[in-house]
Amino acid sequence: MPASTGASRPAKKAAARKGALAAGAARASGERAKRRRTPLIAEPAESTEATDSAPAAEAAEPTPPVAEATAAAAATGRHTEAEVVDEEESAKAPRPEHRPRPVAKAVPTRKTVARSGTRAPKASRTRRPSPRTKASAERPVRALKAVPPVVELPETSSDEQGAPRGVPPRTSVTPGLEELLGAGIAAVRTAAEAAGVSPDDVERHLASLLAFVRRRLTGDFTVDDFGFDEDFTESFYLPVLRPLYRHWFRVEVRGIENIPATGGGLVVANHSGTVAMDSLMTQVAVHDEHPAHRHLRMLGADLVFQTPVMGTVARKSGSTLAANPDAERLLSSGELCGVWPEGFKGVGKPFSERYKLQRFGRGGFVSAALKTGVPIIPCSIVGAEEIYPILGNMKTVARLLGVPYAPITPTWPLLGPLGWIPLPSKWIIEFGAPVETADLGPGAADDPMLVFDLTDQVRETIQQTLYSLLMQRRSVFF
Amino acid sequence: MADVVLVTGVSRYLGGQFARALTKDPSISRVIGVDVIPPPHDIGRTEFVRADIRNPMIGKIIAQSEVDTVVHMNVIATPTHAGGRVSQKEINVIGTMQLLAACQKAPSIRRLVVKSSAAVYGSSPRDPAMFTEDMGPKSLPRAGFGKDSVEVEGYVRGFSRRRPDVEIAMLRFANIIGPGIRTSLTDYFTLPVVPVPLGFDARLQLVHESDAIGALLASTSGPSGITNIAGDGVITVTQAAALAGRPVVPVPLQAAGVFGGFIKRSGLADFSSDQMQFLAFGRGLDTTRMREHLGFEPSYTTRAAFEDFTRAIGPAVPGAPFVGSALSGLAGNAAHVIGGALAAAGRNR
Repeated sequence: MPASTGASRPAKKAAARKGALAAGAARASGERAKRRRTPLIAEPAESTEATDSAPAAEAAEPTPPVAEATAAAAATGRHTEAEVVDEEESAKAPRPEHRPRPVAKAVPTRKTVARSGTRAPKASRTRRPSPRTKASAERPVRALKAVPPVVELPETSSDEQGAPRGVPPRTSVTPGLEELLGAGIAAVRTAAEAAGVSPDDVERHLASLLAFVRRRLTGDFTVDDFGFDEDFTESFYLPVLRPLYRHWFRVEVRGIENIPATGGGLVVANHSGTVAMDSLMTQVAVHDEHPAHRHLRMLGADLVFQTPVMGTVARKSGSTLAANPDAERLLSSGELCGVWPEGFKGVGKPFSERYKLQRFGRGGFVSAALKTGVPIIPCSIVGAEEIYPILGNMKTVARLLGVPYAPITPTWPLLGPLGWIPLPSKWIIEFGAPVETADLGPGAADDPMLVFDLTDQVRETIQQTLYSLLMQRRSVFF
Repeated sequence: MADVVLVTGVSRYLGGQFARALTKDPSISRVIGVDVIPPPHDIGRTEFVRADIRNPMIGKIIAQSEVDTVVHMNVIATPTHAGGRVSQKEINVIGTMQLLAACQKAPSIRRLVVKSSAAVYGSSPRDPAMFTEDMGPKSLPRAGFGKDSVEVEGYVRGFSRRRPDVEIAMLRFANIIGPGIRTSLTDYFTLPVVPVPLGFDARLQLVHESDAIGALLASTSGPSGITNIAGDGVITVTQAAALAGRPVVPVPLQAAGVFGGFIKRSGLADFSSDQMQFLAFGRGLDTTRMREHLGFEPSYTTRAAFEDFTRAIGPAVPGAPFVGSALSGLAGNAAHVIGGALAAAGRNR
């Protein structure tokens, strides 16, 4: 733009005169960046143009748009361009007619600039049309050629591509949509009836799913300090796991009354199954079977939170890092926590060692419970060992991928992706009698011998319960 | 308590706002504002002195006007505002060193308030959900503003060793947001399409600019020590983008460097590597000490602060709110129709 270079030259000279220190200062404060952003055309020039174009356009208004007066046509042309460029206004404005609205358009633009306050980027954005308006004013002939009323149409309609339908049937969009939806729902009902599922259930699910999608799109949900998103967990996460819980593993839950209805508690369980499916099922069990429908806040390994997608889903479903600060914070705020102290040693152990508990970490979970005075609830899970029996471990592959183990199961990697389907074993989850820690006092956490004793006590309880559950079950799959 | 207050970085947005708020306190007799350029906005009855804190001349100003409280706000978070990363580092690190050296020589100094940042905690998957003031970073910030903040805090610790008689209040602010302030985070959420790390949805904790000024005011005459300053609650990155009405585009974290460089060069927003880490893993701050020790209660929650910011920025693209409302209206309509059909089915039975 020739006009802009001419205007910037004096500014540059002035800056050179200021001296090195001042230049440095200007650089430091980002003034140069600011100057680069501000439009170079002076304010008064812009405003006079707006005002003198206004009467011209007003004069043009009553006359039919046949472009008999060149000045009027140029004015209207200028306005249409300003209108297309001006983002904010076109977004807010109702559908423009074929003829652009002349005066009312230019004035609110000035207002929005004034309203935008001190925010530099916005001011520059709303003011950006001004050089272009001026440019179009400088070449009235081209503008005149470019805007006969017919060519104008696609230009104005181009910025309303967002509308789902065209311009004329806009008033009928909503009823059309409803009819369409009505037809869709009828189809869904018929399909559901044909499949032998209750159509009402299907519809209810569909409605809640759509409401969920709407909340996602508008950001209308809350997450707690740990990233737990209750809406996501209740509307998406648990419903996805539930078929697996009910129909695949047919989980049987015992001793759910051992979980307190309110206040903190620490569920400690055995870990197994190659993929940590047991923790997910325990989460569903606690939520679905407990009368208070409590959420089990799991403590996960840091590998979980490093992994894309998995880490996010874990956080959203209420997990947090298995570290004492987090555990104590959750427990002292009255949440129910779940911990699998065996960690990867438990999940990745070979099938020959099934139901043999590994070392229970360093007993960090016991000290967290002692410090916060919450009961420890031992939990024994039977059935998870058989979902992916580990026959071997590809150590080199594991090292290459940076994972703790790379399992070989009867179906993986032999059958490819089919190997990801877990075997449908029958599960039993038993919550044992809680071990109270409140009477020991918070100082007990500093007594390592007591911590080790309690850790062993919990471990022994779980091991014994596992043995008795194994004796009771009829077979692996039924 | 404070009588003569020296504020550095007074020509920047937050510094100017703070100096103006400070002059409304009648118990403070003088407020001296220092910066390298004259303030572009109203700073009340603050006396502006044009000086560079990287220059030993700052010591003369402190000695001559017998300053008893120094509020150091010239730690710049956004490289574009400072004229590049090199200049930013110079202002942050060398500026702090010179200022502290001058303070050490001045017998009149009784109190030092430093605007630090929660960036000192870094951002990694091994972080605890909430950082308390005495926790260290799990992975030290290796670049950019985070590293500067760690170094600034190191110099302040050194100063506190050499001048034990000076009370030091160090405020670690969560990302400051609001309708007026411009930071790399506000630039980021002003982009027409917001790039987010693929597969990650970090927690963000924010503090409103007015709360940031309130906390600084409270600590100018209040208790000393290190304090986290943040609003209540967290929002996630994608939730924030949804609240701002911006569509998101997932970018693999490995490609983020290239992508960030591209955005940086195009001048849209400033993307450093630590910023990408922050957007992937987020950060939460424990604010118990802010309430109990400093006695400051923020008036905006994180979400309210972000919503105040989104009111100031416009829609990303023309028609974006229309598309958004059309989509959500579609979902609403569908839910409505299904509800109606359900009710009808109930009647039929």
